[in-house]
Amino acid sequence: MTFPNPQDVREATAARQGSGPAISPAASPVVVEARKLSLVYPTADKPVTALSEVDLTIARGDFVSLIGPSGCGKTTLLRVIADLERPTSGHIAIEGMTPEQARLKRLYGYVFQAPALYPWRTVERNVMLPLEIMGLPKAERRQRAREQLERVGLSGFERKFPWQLSGGMQQRVSIARALALQPDLLLMDEPFGALDEITRDHLNLHLTQLWRATGKTCVFVTHSIAEAVFLSTRIVVMSPRPGRILDVIDCDSLPRERTLDIRESPEFAAIAHRVREGLKEGHSYDD
Amino acid sequence: MSEAATNPYRTSLRSAADWGLVAVALPALVALVLPLGSLNGAPVGWLGGTMAPLFLIGVVLAVIAGRSAPKRVWGAWAELAGVALAWLLPFHLLKEGLDLSAGWGLWLFLVAATLLLWRVMGVLAGVPGGIRSVVVPGLFGLGLLVGWEVLVRGFQVPAILLPPPSRIAAALAANAPVLWDDFRQTVLTSVLRGYVMGCGAGFLVAILADRVPFLARGLLPLGNLASAIPVVGIAPIMVMWFGFDWQSKAAVIVVMTFFPMLINTLAGLGNSERIQLDLMRSYAAGYGRTLVKLRLPNALPFLFNGLKINSTLALIGAIVAEFFGTPVVGMGFRISTEVARMNLDIVWATIAVAALTGSGLYGALALLERATTAWHPSMRRR
Repeated sequence: MTFPNPQDVREATAARQGSGPAISPAASPVVVEARKLSLVYPTADKPVTALSEVDLTIARGDFVSLIGPSGCGKTTLLRVIADLERPTSGHIAIEGMTPEQARLKRLYGYVFQAPALYPWRTVERNVMLPLEIMGLPKAERRQRAREQLERVGLSGFERKFPWQLSGGMQQRVSIARALALQPDLLLMDEPFGALDEITRDHLNLHLTQLWRATGKTCVFVTHSIAEAVFLSTRIVVMSPRPGRILDVIDCDSLPRERTLDIRESPEFAAIAHRVREGLKEGHSYDD
Repeated sequence: MSEAATNPYRTSLRSAADWGLVAVALPALVALVLPLGSLNGAPVGWLGGTMAPLFLIGVVLAVIAGRSAPKRVWGAWAELAGVALAWLLPFHLLKEGLDLSAGWGLWLFLVAATLLLWRVMGVLAGVPGGIRSVVVPGLFGLGLLVGWEVLVRGFQVPAILLPPPSRIAAALAANAPVLWDDFRQTVLTSVLRGYVMGCGAGFLVAILADRVPFLARGLLPLGNLASAIPVVGIAPIMVMWFGFDWQSKAAVIVVMTFFPMLINTLAGLGNSERIQLDLMRSYAAGYGRTLVKLRLPNALPFLFNGLKINSTLALIGAIVAEFFGTPVVGMGFRISTEVARMNLDIVWATIAVAALTGSGLYGALALLERATTAWHPSMRRR
């Protein structure tokens, strides 16, 4: 598999979208803003607090990872941003809109834990699905699907069916499908959770190059410390029962351009250590 | 054979001898000393003046050819010729006027031939492609028909109890115009219309019930109730309501097919995974688009299940309903009147038409299902 040169892709993307490179953290307006966000599920015995008084601001161009143990509400937070869940109290705005308005305007692309590809559609037609729903003309649908499949390194697999591909390839198709919408905001819920570590490293490298090339804002849910540190500009450490934010760590000490080698650097180790300490603190409440 | 393959230096009697063939040869040898049948009360042996020895020599040559063939599959074809020749022997003997009911030599010989056929089928079933999917089932069916013919004629079963297939075929040919009229009335008029109406209504109401949840809650218990109603109870009422012609048959079919289709469609619509529905929601797709792009494709295996169940139910419903009143044409009418007249050949011919029609409908639906749901795990071939 070959990766397109990030610089080329960024320029091509910029030219197509008619704007300059989107990576400019200095002038970053806010993409996602949450204030005192809470979500309580009613259950049979007692209500479960999935999110408790969460405050979070995500700036344009950021790669934010939500990390924490199972049940800490990281997926719930992502689903609230995507308007797949409604908060019980608090305020949240996506690009200054309510999540529902943002969803109806198709402002974000969502990558699920599982690829969720439709088995009766070929790879190409899976990527074209959101574009069909948007009502784009056929020629443009096909062109965008081809571009995104090329971007995730799956050219030549257009006519295959999802079940003829490996798990890693299927997840790459689902990323291409989210990118085909050309959203500014990419929401990813443990997209590589089910994959082996070698494939995962590979896709992480790929993802960080993609992020740099497209300048999108990414929100990434994971429970892997190494993955979070490797990918993120900011890491949000969460803790369960009730789901809340313990720490927000800036990764400014790492370069924006990441290679697998940075995982050996002392800066990487320092951030990973801080994340681990944060997680430990959250866990002491469990016992 | 497999043992020889794993350890080429070791040969034992177990691996060297073709025990399957020995099992075939033993009954055949015993059969040689027993009579083939009787002529005017006197038993007739293998050398009793018929051409039986020629058949025997032919079969033995075929088996030898089969054993020495360079390829196992070619050998199977040679042995198949031997089997065919063996099963032709009783027809020759019947033609000579023999009574076969006490011909134990012949029956034992035919048992041996059937064992040989078992061997042949075992080999042919391992050949991929058209042989496995067409020739093997075809031979199986042909074997059953020939066995039925020989047993019924050999043991002189009265035709009123069970006619041989040849007689049914003759009745089919002789009564073709009548049977065609019955087929047109029952299948082309009643069944097709009732089936389309019943399945269509079940499907549409299921879509409605999916939108309006209280409908599903109210209709599903009714569905259980309706599936317990006996056809023989509902049919006379429908004849009173809708008259003798096809309308009453279609009504019975609608009653029988509506709920299976409704229940299967509802189950199919509920078959989409949460994550797939979330995906459609994230694309801001409305109810209609989610239905067309996701839920109906996901429901296809369930829809076909309902359609297949209903294809046989519809035929049964129409035939039974015709027992309770019909213009003087139709498969159910034919069966009820010809049974009363002891005209069992036509009854059997009608049964044959009904059976062929039922499997034809089912087969067509199965082919359509394979074409449209090739993606489903149960149909996948990489």
